[in-house]
Amino acid sequence: MTKNIEELEEVVIKFAGDSGDGMQLTGSQFSNTTAFIGNDLSTFPDFPAEIRAPQGTVAGVSGFKIQFGSTSVFSPGDEADVLVAMNPAALKANLTSIKDRGTIIIDSDSFKIKDFEKAQFTSNPLEDGTLDGYNLIQAPITALTKESVTQFDIENKSRTRSKNMFALGIVYWLFNRPLDITENFLDAKFSKSPELAKANKAALKAGYNFAITVELLPSNYTIKPAALPKGKYRSITGNIATAWGLLAAAEATKLKLFLGTYPITPASDILHELSKYKNFDVISFQAEDEIAGICSAIGASFAGNLAVTSTSGPGLALKGEAIGLAMMTELPIVIIDVQRGGPSTGLPTKTEQSDLMQAVYGRNGESPVIVIAASTPSNCFDFAYQAAKLALEHMTPVILLTDGFIANGAEPWKIKKLADMPSITLNMATKKEGWSPYLRDEKKLARQWAIPGTKELEHRIGGLEKQDISGNVSYEPENHEKMVTLRADKVKRVANFIPELSVQGASEGDLLIVGWGGTYGSILTAFSELTKEYKNVGFAHFNYINPLPKNTNKVFSKYKTILVCELNSGQFIRLLKGELSQFNYQQYNKVQGLPFSKKELINEFTKYLK
Amino acid sequence: MEHLVKDQQLTFKDFSTDQDVRWCPGCGDYAILSAMQKALPQIGKEKKDIVFISGIGCSSRFPYYVETYGFHSIHGRAPAIATGVKLGNPDLSVWQITGDGDALAIGGNHFIHVLRRNVDINVILFNNEIYGLTKGQFSPTSKTGIQTKSSPHGTVDKAFNPGKLAIGAGATFFARVVDVDPKKMVDVFVEAEKHRGTSLVEILQNCVIFNDKVFSVVTDKDVKLDNQLWLEHGKPMIFGKENNKGIRLNGLKLEVVTIGENGVTEKDILVHDAYCEDETLHNMLVNMTLPEMPVAFGVIRSVKAFTFNDKLWEQISHEKTKAKFSSIDEVVNSGVTWEI
Repeated sequence: MTKNIEELEEVVIKFAGDSGDGMQLTGSQFSNTTAFIGNDLSTFPDFPAEIRAPQGTVAGVSGFKIQFGSTSVFSPGDEADVLVAMNPAALKANLTSIKDRGTIIIDSDSFKIKDFEKAQFTSNPLEDGTLDGYNLIQAPITALTKESVTQFDIENKSRTRSKNMFALGIVYWLFNRPLDITENFLDAKFSKSPELAKANKAALKAGYNFAITVELLPSNYTIKPAALPKGKYRSITGNIATAWGLLAAAEATKLKLFLGTYPITPASDILHELSKYKNFDVISFQAEDEIAGICSAIGASFAGNLAVTSTSGPGLALKGEAIGLAMMTELPIVIIDVQRGGPSTGLPTKTEQSDLMQAVYGRNGESPVIVIAASTPSNCFDFAYQAAKLALEHMTPVILLTDGFIANGAEPWKIKKLADMPSITLNMATKKEGWSPYLRDEKKLARQWAIPGTKELEHRIGGLEKQDISGNVSYEPENHEKMVTLRADKVKRVANFIPELSVQGASEGDLLIVGWGGTYGSILTAFSELTKEYKNVGFAHFNYINPLPKNTNKVFSKYKTILVCELNSGQFIRLLKGELSQFNYQQYNKVQGLPFSKKELINEFTKYLK
Repeated sequence: MEHLVKDQQLTFKDFSTDQDVRWCPGCGDYAILSAMQKALPQIGKEKKDIVFISGIGCSSRFPYYVETYGFHSIHGRAPAIATGVKLGNPDLSVWQITGDGDALAIGGNHFIHVLRRNVDINVILFNNEIYGLTKGQFSPTSKTGIQTKSSPHGTVDKAFNPGKLAIGAGATFFARVVDVDPKKMVDVFVEAEKHRGTSLVEILQNCVIFNDKVFSVVTDKDVKLDNQLWLEHGKPMIFGKENNKGIRLNGLKLEVVTIGENGVTEKDILVHDAYCEDETLHNMLVNMTLPEMPVAFGVIRSVKAFTFNDKLWEQISHEKTKAKFSSIDEVVNSGVTWEI
């Protein structure tokens, strides 16, 4: 049988297996290689909260989805063209999200009666018609992997571990990808145990060769490079981009970067990444709890560092009082909340946008802070940088919202240069003349940063109400009201320093689709599809939550209906209704710990369009 | 001293602010403030390089009254804030002012962790065995059975012994003083600043309103010589009105003996070793309670150990010598990249 090479525009692949099967690594290797050969892509790692959930059960399935293509890709896609299922549980967990006539690659060695019983199939799905209509490829992956590594001096238990590389080899052939990027990766990863590197490379190659030799696969596919803007690219996840954006801001300001943090899913990668850069004067402090994380950062900010704390929803709740203190003492600090499914412990490894209200309002007293949200894995770099810029220039806490979806998801990033980033102007007090702790500049209402070690500027700050200008403790009624107003105005005025809201599609019409934060890619994917048919619809995505962009009112006034889509029960829409009540709002919400799919969004959008 | 400022010797007055001091008349805090203002000119730091961090409670108003940098923060969190200040700028002299509720109840976690890490700060714990600012509830150091507004039938809580807790958490410096002995307070504050690492000073401080005279059995003139043992490294543990009582080790316990009685001579009396790393003796000393034993005061423990901030900054310096990247531009261009 001759092999054909078919050309495709875009493809969704899902790698799924036990949480110990190495699916995340397999997926990210496929992403790196795919990015390297010039496809645009978006990834979605989806894994259980347990590190090693019971083997072979649906609860223990770890998945990694990637959509890649020769055109722009904004989301990891809905249904998979190809599912790699390392066991029956992985098959079961993904049965409803494979395209009709999609390809399913399974490890036939793991489809024994015991295995599909564990996955709670009542009969063998390979024989009972469950998979009719799919292109099923059964490969004895475990056995072949074992065979491919016989000549290497490795522990017995490691012999079948490389089966993920074998599976990756099959998929590499199927999509016509080179092996060298993963081979180089394996050499580096196992530099201290070269036999393991060799074994993994052998398994990868064996999988690739298996796909060539067997005649199960009718053709392989090629996906042309995407027409991305010219430049140098790399693949990046949101958490890494966040960490690097902070490094960039520290370098731009020549400040020491202080990260005071407590480990929490899905934010810990920011701590891991920044901990590597002591050579840049990064002080990464793993505190005893969430509160100590932010409080140490507040201390570092008082001492003149670029201070950051990173967390997720439960941690943000614990930090509330301290955020109020930073707001009251008007110290710059960046608080990163990588949102996850809530409430309480909720769904730690799943994505959600349900911390918006907490970020904007979740403190005692009237305690306004700047709230911004990144919207793609790569623009976490820009918004982390921007969070630092706003905190330092406006002397206030800034909460940066990301979420599990963009924090762990990856996409190609056209690498930025520090020289291309906006400058950051520090607001340092250096001499006593004309200085007072709470004296403000007229435009921003920001006070100056007078850090210990500066001669003659010894002063006291704290959480008690401040007297205007002097910053002394004051219980005076009128002063309190004035200070509450001043602090609110200070944050409102930030609207004069941030970009206006932009609209894609029709600048006026029947429907304006509104999103914020990490749903950008999903909504844009659906919106792009929608506009092939409908012209009277626009799409506006918010990165600035508090304050809102100045032109929000003007933008909204051009549409009959404003449809606010969010991964919560309707938080941003409440904020919009509070600020701009005059519009006809509708809402679309999803609270399943999952991103929006294109299909469900388009269904919803078309309800409002003729 | 390393940073002695010779040309402008500071005095007590240099450390007073223009703010009205608002503690109750007769409060022990006044004496502590005054002792601190006397100690600060002796530590060899400029005002600009000294920072006071406090939490919440009566004692935590302290920073407003000291003419240095100051931060009156939130309840219990001062150790974390002080840690951030010290790590952010290790050249600063950082003092944490706290009380028994602030440090040992709401801030208990931060208290033990700052001691465990041995961050080079001074923690001044005002222990009055009561909540003052919230108007008289029992605290984690209140004696069992105390009747307060929140314990009308007497508490059934057991009390923390701050010294024992601190040593258990790995404290490298622990001293105990009383608010009515200003000279000793000054000396101990200076010693605390000299020590590299977390220096914990517990001050038995009288609350005239809600827990008056709780320490009078220790501090009253007619009993204090018999009920206080002032320790000095290298000196025998002798005390008493006649200066003839001493502490002797008997088996695994300490006991009070009288020199000249039952054949006891000065040679039998324990000599204080504050520098000994093993904390057995220090634990026994902080545990001594009336009426069987006197209460131990002075520098009970002062041992050398690396500090968190020194080690951290050593790592930072070391990483600079072998760094792979010298700028963020190099970081973002590292690893797998491609041109389009």
